[in-house]
Amino acid sequence: MYDLIVIGGGPAGMAAALEAKKNGLKKILIVERNKSLGGILNQCIHNGFGLHYFKEELTGPEYANRFAKLVKETDIEVRTDTMVLDLTKDKKVHMASSTYGYKVEEAKAIILAMGCRERTRGSIGTPGSRPAGIYTAGAAQKYVNIDGFMPGRRVVILGSGDIGLIMARRLTLEGAKVLACIEVMPYSAGLNRNVVQCLKDYGIPLYLSHTVTEVRGKERVEQVVACKVDEHFNPVKGTEMVFDCDALLLSVGLVPENELTRSCGIEMNDKTRGPVLYDNCETSIPGIFACGNVAHVHDLADNVSLEAIKAGAAAADYVLNNAKRPEELLPINLEKTANYRGEPEGLPEGVSSMVCIVCPNGCMLNLDYNQKDENGLPKITGNKCKRGIEYAIKELSSPERVITSSVAFKGPFEDFEAKRCPVKTDAPIPKSKIEEVAKKLKEIEIDKPVSVGDIIVSNICGTGANIISTGSF
Amino acid sequence: MFDVVVIGCGIVGSAIAYELSKYKLSVCVIEKENDVSMGATKANSAIIHAGYDPVPGSLMAKLNVRGAHLAKELAQKLDVPYDNCGAFVLAFRDEDVKLLKELKRRGDANGVPGLEILTGDEARKLEPTLSENVVAALNAPSSAIISPWEYCLALAETAVKNGAELKLETELISAKREKDYWSLKTNDGGIDARFVINAAGVSSDKVHDMMAPHSFDIIPSRGQYYLLDKCECQRAKRTIFQCPNELGKGVLVSPTVHGNLIVGPDSEIVEGENKDTTAAGLAFVKEKSVLSVPSIDFRNSIRNFAGVRARSTSSDFIISYADGAENFIDAAGICSPGLSSAPAIGEYVVELLKEKMTLEKKDNFICERKRTKLKALNPEERAKLIEKNPKYGHIICRCETISEGEILDTFNTPIAPRTVDGVKRRVGAGMGRCQGGFCGPNVVAILAKAMSVKETEILQDGKGSYVLTNKIGE
Repeated sequence: MYDLIVIGGGPAGMAAALEAKKNGLKKILIVERNKSLGGILNQCIHNGFGLHYFKEELTGPEYANRFAKLVKETDIEVRTDTMVLDLTKDKKVHMASSTYGYKVEEAKAIILAMGCRERTRGSIGTPGSRPAGIYTAGAAQKYVNIDGFMPGRRVVILGSGDIGLIMARRLTLEGAKVLACIEVMPYSAGLNRNVVQCLKDYGIPLYLSHTVTEVRGKERVEQVVACKVDEHFNPVKGTEMVFDCDALLLSVGLVPENELTRSCGIEMNDKTRGPVLYDNCETSIPGIFACGNVAHVHDLADNVSLEAIKAGAAAADYVLNNAKRPEELLPINLEKTANYRGEPEGLPEGVSSMVCIVCPNGCMLNLDYNQKDENGLPKITGNKCKRGIEYAIKELSSPERVITSSVAFKGPFEDFEAKRCPVKTDAPIPKSKIEEVAKKLKEIEIDKPVSVGDIIVSNICGTGANIISTGSF
Repeated sequence: MFDVVVIGCGIVGSAIAYELSKYKLSVCVIEKENDVSMGATKANSAIIHAGYDPVPGSLMAKLNVRGAHLAKELAQKLDVPYDNCGAFVLAFRDEDVKLLKELKRRGDANGVPGLEILTGDEARKLEPTLSENVVAALNAPSSAIISPWEYCLALAETAVKNGAELKLETELISAKREKDYWSLKTNDGGIDARFVINAAGVSSDKVHDMMAPHSFDIIPSRGQYYLLDKCECQRAKRTIFQCPNELGKGVLVSPTVHGNLIVGPDSEIVEGENKDTTAAGLAFVKEKSVLSVPSIDFRNSIRNFAGVRARSTSSDFIISYADGAENFIDAAGICSPGLSSAPAIGEYVVELLKEKMTLEKKDNFICERKRTKLKALNPEERAKLIEKNPKYGHIICRCETISEGEILDTFNTPIAPRTVDGVKRRVGAGMGRCQGGFCGPNVVAILAKAMSVKETEILQDGKGSYVLTNKIGE
């Protein structure tokens, strides 16, 4: 009998298990379906993680690695490559694994941390033919970042969720041409900063208030037709744009993955599509908790970790102190905050705008050239912190970016083994050097083992920055 | 020289091949696609109709009722998902009730068991999700649902096991009648046959015209569908039809054997095999279906698709020796209830052959098929299975709970998959709510290894439907 079984070893599951351990639980098991801890973070090789939680900018694999390391330092038991098939009301967990066989384990408390999945073409009903070449952005991300394959050479992206925006940049860096990102709402679903650093940096147009009205191509995508939509989201005739492309990626929303939750009779919340949660992250079944994207879709992994800490502590309290759940429900804000709505209009002459990309806030900065300082720099307003000013000044003179990408591992490979090693520059490099660096990375092949932080290429393309591994293999 | 060549391996071709393989005959089936069941068979309502719809005395009536009877037995023997869930035909107005009575009359004449007309309240008692506007329903308890592509595959596999040869990616180009046999030219060389059977579905008019004087046309009729997540399955316990009337044929709401909810189809005449979905068609289906079951939550739609029915200029199935051609049998114009009739069509074709040749039954006909399904086992059985072969413990498709072991099994079957969708049709991987978003890359890797080809050569489905364009850097 375990004190706690955590289903899912991504950012939610790991943080929850660690917190439960810290709060005194002894026998804890994390069940993870993939080969290693980290969940979907392992394929999210871009940066932008950890700014809130670790106060530094990390890539997905680095963020996962920090937690995995902490888990390893404890006596928390981890079963990877293990899939939970059934969960019962009385907290019996059925799991299948090629390593551990079929096991039924029992626990005093359960934390659900299974994450979410992507909405598909079927859920948005995009009409047209049904050829190969239509993938969710996350599936494309797996192909590119883990398996080393390209899902297309000329790509249109429907939906401006963060994964879609991130994939626009990834595909561009890996040699594809991304023709457009098309969003049905009048604002982007993804963060401001991602619109800037994933689309604008690479000259990829974002069509707000547009949607894909037809897919063409019998066996493989050949064309995608997009249209402007009116305020009721109906296509406006006469606004058709035809893109010659061979792939369509979908980034049209995420859905909490709650099949286990439903199967054991936990009450569901129709709005969040997760379980009804009390303020301590407990579900309608006492002793079963949920956190992270299985509870409701979060904008940031950092927020997932924070919620997981709450769930971990509550699970410990339940087991050790027989704590009763509070009356209040967990407040969940489904409203999005910093979304890109296009360039501000009606700016006075001499004034321009810029999105600060330093953190997920994505402040819209105003640059007023009518009020220049002694160095000829415009007066900068709209920033919530002083990093905004620093960013704008740097961006105006010599813009820089940290580049995240991947390099090939040398084969041969075992079944389902990662074929790419995620990497990044350990310092920002001039924007003008990005293309050259991306090209150089395609020529590199490395051997395993490799650890987070290992230098793969020093002083890449004379930028002074090193290419370092962001994963451990 | 084959005794019989069957052209096309959809449900009709496979059922004919299955029936022929019971006899001491050399049989070859040619199929232009890279898998069986690639036409209307993989995209339809998946219903084994009870048989109240066809006009008494028609071939459709006779073969539907017989076929539905055979389907039950075959599904059990050949391990095909099948559920005798029953069906309702709904009436919303008094005029509709008259039609229900007509359907019952036809059904009784056709020998359909158990038909009865229920009041709206009686129907709602059995099917609580039904609309308040339902005034009556025809209850057809012998109606069933099936997995059409697995049915086709099971019949084709059994035929192959019993000696029939299946040539995939083999398309008929032309045919020439020699003195006492047919010389068929295909993209993959010549095939000679004493008898030829046309089971080419939507292309059966073209095939007919290669062998015999023109006598019918196929009018491809497209139907569009929604497939909904398993969480919607409680919306219907049985297949719910709407009464066909002057306003249209109506759409159905039905559970599927895989535990989903299927909603559709519309009906629209199209050019050739146009399987596009349209905004108007899908909107029509949505609008009509909620008249029957108002609570369907289309947010849980996981896939839209369209199929093309091989309707012909004849109102009945065309199953006969073609006029003006020797030893050439059409099994054409097999639209609904074709899936229900298939095994009876097989029997009927054999009867036609018997008119011209003596057929002798094999004494060693194999009629069994069993697939390992982890999900269907109890915990003890699962534990045993995984202990014996750990690959069954490695779940590839999380939505449908399909293990690597089950996928690998398919490569040891008489008709191994060649594509990602081929794997999907055989085991169900990628059929669920994420539509292969999670398992797709792993299925591609498994296929590439099993077929000893590069991942970039793997196809999603038909020829040319490559999944990946290139390796990074290439």
